[in-house]
Amino acid sequence: MSAGEESGIAGNGRGYLSERGWRSWAFTLDHKRIGAMYLWSTIVFFLLGGVFALLLRLELLSPQAKYFSNHAYNVFFTLHGAMMIFLFVIPAIPSGLGNFLIPLHLGAKDVAFPRLNLASYWIFAAGFLVIIGSLVAPMDTGWTFYTPYSAKTGAAVATLSLGVFLIGMSSILTGLNFIVTIHKLRAPGMTWHRLPLFIWSMYATSIIQVVATPVVGVTFLLLAAERLLGVGFFDPSKGGDPVLFQHFFWFYSHPVVYVMILPAMGIVSEVIPVFSRKPIFGYNAIAYSSLAIAFIGFLVWGHHMFTSGMSPLANTIFSFLTFFVAVPTAVKVFNWIATLYRGSITFESPMLYALTFIFLFIIGGLTGPFLGALATNVQLHDTYFVVAHFHYTMMGGTVMGFFAGLHYWFPKMTGRMLNEKVARVAWALVFLGFNLTFFTMFIAGTRGMPRRYAEYIPKFHTENVISTVGSAILALGILVMMWNFVQGLRKGAQAPSDPWRSLTLEWRAASPPETENFHEIPQVADWPYGYGTRKA
Amino acid sequence: MSEPAAEHHDPVVAFESAKLGLWTFLATEVLLFGALFTAYIVFRLKYPDLFHAEHGKLNRVLGAVNTVVLITSSLTVALGIDAVKKGKARLLPRYFGATILLAGVFLCVKYVEYTEKFHHGLFPSTNIFFSLYYMMTGIHGIHVLIGMGVLSYVVVLARRGRLSETYYTPAEMSGLYWHFVDLVWIYLFPLLYLIG
Amino acid sequence: MDNVLAFGAASAEAGRIDAVFLFITVIGGFFFLLTQGLLIYFAVRYRRRSPERDNETPGITGNHLLEFFWILIPTLVVVAIFYYGWRVYDDLREPRPGATEVYVTGRQWMWEVKYPDGRTALNEIRVPQGKPVKFILTATDVIHGFYLPDFRVKMDAIPGRLTSLWVQPDRTGEYTIYCTVYCGDGHSNMNARLIVMPPEQYVAWAAGKEERGEGEEQLSLHERGERIVGRTGCLNCHAVSGKEKIGPNFHGVYGSTVPLSDGTSVKADEEYLRESIVDPGAKVVKGYPNVMPTYKTTLKPDEVQAVIEFLKKPD
Repeated sequence: MSAGEESGIAGNGRGYLSERGWRSWAFTLDHKRIGAMYLWSTIVFFLLGGVFALLLRLELLSPQAKYFSNHAYNVFFTLHGAMMIFLFVIPAIPSGLGNFLIPLHLGAKDVAFPRLNLASYWIFAAGFLVIIGSLVAPMDTGWTFYTPYSAKTGAAVATLSLGVFLIGMSSILTGLNFIVTIHKLRAPGMTWHRLPLFIWSMYATSIIQVVATPVVGVTFLLLAAERLLGVGFFDPSKGGDPVLFQHFFWFYSHPVVYVMILPAMGIVSEVIPVFSRKPIFGYNAIAYSSLAIAFIGFLVWGHHMFTSGMSPLANTIFSFLTFFVAVPTAVKVFNWIATLYRGSITFESPMLYALTFIFLFIIGGLTGPFLGALATNVQLHDTYFVVAHFHYTMMGGTVMGFFAGLHYWFPKMTGRMLNEKVARVAWALVFLGFNLTFFTMFIAGTRGMPRRYAEYIPKFHTENVISTVGSAILALGILVMMWNFVQGLRKGAQAPSDPWRSLTLEWRAASPPETENFHEIPQVADWPYGYGTRKA
Repeated sequence: MSEPAAEHHDPVVAFESAKLGLWTFLATEVLLFGALFTAYIVFRLKYPDLFHAEHGKLNRVLGAVNTVVLITSSLTVALGIDAVKKGKARLLPRYFGATILLAGVFLCVKYVEYTEKFHHGLFPSTNIFFSLYYMMTGIHGIHVLIGMGVLSYVVVLARRGRLSETYYTPAEMSGLYWHFVDLVWIYLFPLLYLIG
Repeated sequence: MDNVLAFGAASAEAGRIDAVFLFITVIGGFFFLLTQGLLIYFAVRYRRRSPERDNETPGITGNHLLEFFWILIPTLVVVAIFYYGWRVYDDLREPRPGATEVYVTGRQWMWEVKYPDGRTALNEIRVPQGKPVKFILTATDVIHGFYLPDFRVKMDAIPGRLTSLWVQPDRTGEYTIYCTVYCGDGHSNMNARLIVMPPEQYVAWAAGKEERGEGEEQLSLHERGERIVGRTGCLNCHAVSGKEKIGPNFHGVYGSTVPLSDGTSVKADEEYLRESIVDPGAKVVKGYPNVMPTYKTTLKPDEVQAVIEFLKKPD
C-alpha cells in the first residue's frame, strides 16, 4: 500500500465529505463528521469569545470607565471566560480533533459507540443553545460562579448552570466513548506501546473528563436549586458554606485544565518528530507522564483557595502536591527539546505552532511555581499575574497546540492544502500579538493590579495600553489564519494522502478519508515514530 | 441514517465494549452521588444536632417499605437476565415488567412522602437537612425514572425477539444500571432516615 | 528595598516574601535560559540542510540516564521552592504578640472598619507605624478579598466566618487596599486606604485629641465636604459627572426634581439629601438599586452638613 496508490482515492467522490444535505450531517454516525461539527461549533465560539476579549481590552485602554458601564464590562469578562472555557477549550481538541483522529489513529472504523457519539454532539448543542438563551439576562459572575454572589445576582445563573451541566454531560459521554474505543478497538498489532502519543494524552484526558465532570455537574445542579428552590448549601445565611462551592468547583475545574492542555501536548508530540524527521525522544516518559499529570491533577485543587481561610495544614499539603505536577510537565518539555537534537528540522506552519507551544508553555510553566509557593501565592492570587499565567498555558499552550493540529491535519480533514505563506504571516502576527498582550499582565500583576477590574488606578495604564495594542495584533493574526482556512477550503491545492510523510495510521487513509476510513483494517507491526535510520 | 461502521465488530468485542462503557458510566454516577454524600458529611459534622432532630420528621415506615420494594425490584431484574441467559427470553418482559411496576410503587410512595412533608411546611429551603433530603432523594428519583425508561426499552426489544441466549447485552447492561440505582438507595435510607 | 519587578515593600515581612519571589525568579530564569536556549539552538543548528539528510537522522529513542536526571533535578528544585515558600508563609502566619486588632467588614462596595474602642470608619484604616496590626475580616453579603499589595498579603472576607491577616508597617504613608474577589458592579472601585501614622500621632488620634478629619473643621464647609466624600467611599459608587457608576451622579442633583422608585417624585433639597445619606432606603431614585448603606453612625451631623454643602456645587 504505497502512498501514491492511496492518494488516487482522494476527491473521487467517496470521501467522508461527499454526501450532501443537512440530514447527512445532523444524523451522521461518522466520527469524522461529528468531529467536524464540533470543530465548526467550537471555532465559532472561539471567535465570539475573542470578540468579548477585545471589548475588554478596548475598555481597559482607559483607567476610568469610558466605553461601557462596569456592569457591561463584568458581563463581557464572564462571557469571555465561560465561552472560551466551556464551549471552546474543553471541547475543541478532545471532541473536535479527538473524534476525527482517535479511530484513525487506532486503525478502527469508528468509535465504540457511534450513536452515543452523535447524542453527545446534540447534548453539546443543546447546552450551547441554553447558554445562548441565558443571554437574555447575561451572567456577571465570572466563569467561576462563586457563591454567594452567583446566588444573589439578578442574572440568569440557573439557566447558564443548566447549560454548563449539559455541556458537562456531553463531555462525560465523549470521554467514556474514547476510553472504550482505545481499550477495545485497536487494530491488530496496535499494542499500548505502539499507540501514537496523541492517543495516550487523549486517554488521560478522557479519564479526567469521566471522573471530574460529574462533580461539577452536580455542583451546578445545586447552584440552580439554590436559586430556584431556595436550598442553602452555599448560603451562609441558611447555614450553608460558600467555600464548599469553591471546593466542588475546583475539584473539577483544576483537573479540567489538564483536559485542556493534555490533548495539545499530544498534538505537539505528534508534530515534533514528523518535522524533525527523528523518533520521539522518551516515548514511555511522555506517555506515562500524561497519566501522572492526570492523577496528580486530582489532588491539587486547593491551590486555588489559599486565601479562602482553609486551614494552614490544608494549604501546606495542597501546595506540596501542586509542585509535583511540575515534574511530569517538565519531563515532556525536555523530551520534545531532545527530539529536536540532531534532527533535520523544517518549519512548516504545524511545526511553527508546535515550537511556539513549547516556547510559550515554558513561560507559562515557569510562572507556575510563583503561584504554587504559599508565600508568593498569597501576594499574587487574584491579580493579573494569574491571568497572564493561565493565558500563557491555556492560550499559549492549548490554543497554539490546537492551531498546530489544525494546520497539520487540515489536508487530511479537507483534502486540501493550506497556503503556507499566508499561514506564516498569521503565525508571526499571533506570536507577536500574544506576547505583547499577555507578558505585560505579569508585570501589572506583580505590581498589584487585581483581576476583573473594569476600572483601575492610573499607575497600571502603560501595561494596559501595551496589552490592548497586542490584542489587536493577535486578533489580526487570527483573522488572517481564518481567512487562510476559508481560502484553503475553497481553492486549496489537492492534498496527497500523506503530505508531511508521517507514519501514524491516519495518513494511510485517503485525504479526506472515506467513510469507513480504511479499505481493510491495517495490520500494525511497529510504533509510529520510526523516523531516521542511522543507529545512534 | 446509515448503519454505523463500528456495529460490524465482532459480537464479543461489542459486548465487552458495552460492559466497559457501562462500568465507566457507573463510575461517573458514583462521583455524582459522591459529591452529594460529601456535602452530607460536611454538614452532618457541622450540625449533628440539626440532623438528629430533623430526621425524626421523616417517615421511617415508608422509607423501609421503599427499601424492600427496590430490593425486590433488583431481584426480579436479576431473574429476568437469568431467564434470557437460559434461553427463555420470552419470560423477560414479565420479570422486567415487575421491576418497572415496583419502581412505579417506589415513586408513588416518594410522592406520598413529599406531599406529606409539604403539608407540614417542610420544603427544600427549610433547612440544610431538608435541602439534602430533597436533593439526594430527588436526584435518585430521577435515576429511578430513567431506569424505568431503559428497562421498558429492553422489554420492547425482548417482545420483538431481539434478545436471545447469544445476545443479551441490553438486558445485562440495564440490569447493572438498575442494581446501581438500588444500591444508592440502600445508602440513602440509613443516612437520611436512621440517624438516631 | 525596591526591586525591579515589584514595588517598594512596606514591611520587613513583605521583604521576606519578595525574597521568595526573587528566589523563584532566579531559578525560573535559569531554566528559562536553559530550555529556550536549547530549543532555539537546536531549531537553528539542526534545520534541514538538504532533503537527502532526512533519512540520516540518528534513531535516538531515549537515554535512561539523562531521563533519570531530568526527573530527579526538577523534583529536588520544586521541593526546595515549596519548602522556602512554605517556610516564609508559616513564619508569617501568626501575628507578633501585642497586635492591635481592627475589625474590617466587606460589603457591596465598601469596607467598614471597627476599632476595639468602638470607633468606626469607612474605607480608611489608621494604624501606628512599627506595631503589628491584625485585621479580622468578614463580609455581610458576598465574598470580598482584602488585598494590601505593598505588604504582599491578602485574605478573603467571607460572610458568616472570620478570617484574618496581619502586617507590621515599617514606613508611614498611605497604602491602597483593593478588593480582589469579584463582588459585582462596584468591585473595581472597592478601594480603601491604610494610613500608617507615626506612633505618637496615632496615640493622639486614638485618644480623640486629634479628630480623624485632621483639622478638617478649619476648612470651609464645602472643602470639608469634598474631603469627606473622598474618604468615606461615596465616589466608589457615585461619579461627580460623566459616566454613571452604581448610583446617580452628584452633578446637578441639588435643586432638581428626582423621580422615585415608588412612582412619586421629590425635590432634592437639603432635607432630601440629608435623609438620603442617613437613611438611603427611604427614597430610592427610580432605576437605581437600593444598595447604599446608611451613614448614620459613620458621619456626625456637622459632617453631613458639610457633605450637603459640597453636593450643592460638586464640580
